[in-house]
Amino acid sequence: MKQVLVVDDSAVIRKVARRILEGLHFRTSEAPDGKLGLAECEKMMPDVILLDWNMPEMDGLEFLCALRKMPGGTTPKVVFCTTENEIGHIARAMHAGADEYIMKPFDQNIVRSKFQEIGLV
Amino acid sequence: MRNTVAWSQREAAPVSSGDDSRASFAFARFRRRWTALTGAALGDDKRSAVERRLGSVMRAHDVSDLFELTELIERNGNEALIEEAIDAMTTGETSFFRDRAPFEAFRARILPELMATRGRERRLRIWCAAVSTGQEAYSLAMMLDEAARDLRGWSLEILGTDISGAAIETARKGIYTHFEVQQGLSTTHLLRYFHREEESWRVNEHLRARVAFGQFNLLSSPAELGAFDVILCRNAVTNFAPEARRGVLERLAGTLVEDGYLFLGDAETVDEAATSFTPTAHASVWRRRARPRLSLV
Repeated sequence: MKQVLVVDDSAVIRKVARRILEGLHFRTSEAPDGKLGLAECEKMMPDVILLDWNMPEMDGLEFLCALRKMPGGTTPKVVFCTTENEIGHIARAMHAGADEYIMKPFDQNIVRSKFQEIGLV
Repeated sequence: MRNTVAWSQREAAPVSSGDDSRASFAFARFRRRWTALTGAALGDDKRSAVERRLGSVMRAHDVSDLFELTELIERNGNEALIEEAIDAMTTGETSFFRDRAPFEAFRARILPELMATRGRERRLRIWCAAVSTGQEAYSLAMMLDEAARDLRGWSLEILGTDISGAAIETARKGIYTHFEVQQGLSTTHLLRYFHREEESWRVNEHLRARVAFGQFNLLSSPAELGAFDVILCRNAVTNFAPEARRGVLERLAGTLVEDGYLFLGDAETVDEAATSFTPTAHASVWRRRARPRLSLV
């Protein structure tokens, strides 16, 4: 069973995302911002990271750049999940090394579809 | 391209009409007309779904139930009202690259083979029958665009048709919601082939220009559309009554070139027209069987 780390400052979004992901047979863990997300990755590198953009301490893009420099940090698939839905934002995220991009609001169908795109479902 | 089956001929109302007998009578009458018009079979279990789907049409015309709606249609032979009913009833589920596997089969195996066998005429015609709001047609257009280097100098045509005028209008505009562009479409494709229009996403002009859309009823003869190398008619034939399904499949076979491919939905088969097709290595993909040659003895 693959492990997904949900990094989002909204407790509600983390709860919704975990419920959807567990319904798709993933194990889940969570962090409320980028800095604590990196700490989770240091403890155990997940298979996938569902990543918000705007968060306190360290935003999603900063998290992604730091992650990719960590030992083993190129391995996890990173799927942004954010309210930032302008083409410029999406292109920046993909250029920085994201594997897929989910625009909020999202539902189970969208998560399944995007995870299928990167071979996880 | 228009619907060719007229909705006419009134029937008598039920002699006594308790609520349920009136509703049952109305549904039975609607069902007969619907099957004659579209070929689609409606089981007894579909009554609630039909009433729900036609709810907005009934409200718009200030009628209280299916009985009155059927009466109104039959009384006036009202083409516009029939169109509204078709639009409400046939807006189908669809998505970009729906079910993935058939599109992957097209990209990896079938398109390269067609490019090899048609290398002399350098022409490829594809028909997405029952295309609904256009996502499957645009998916194919993206795949052909990605093969553009190998297809330089080719004449490529993609035609998308559907019985619903409203669905075809949406397809022509190529405007999709936030949810629709996140179903089956990778972010790479979204960035390459779409742009934002207010809160929606629109297919870029260069891709829209590669797909033609038109209204077409599969009960009609497709002869005027010409011959096709590939036909996608996915998740549509299953809705037809068996006899109508046989007719649809035979007409699709008639418009496919002899080595052409037919893509159906995952749960669909060509059983009613098995002599016209042969299975392929890909699930839900059939190949047109060679037509028998007449020989003089």
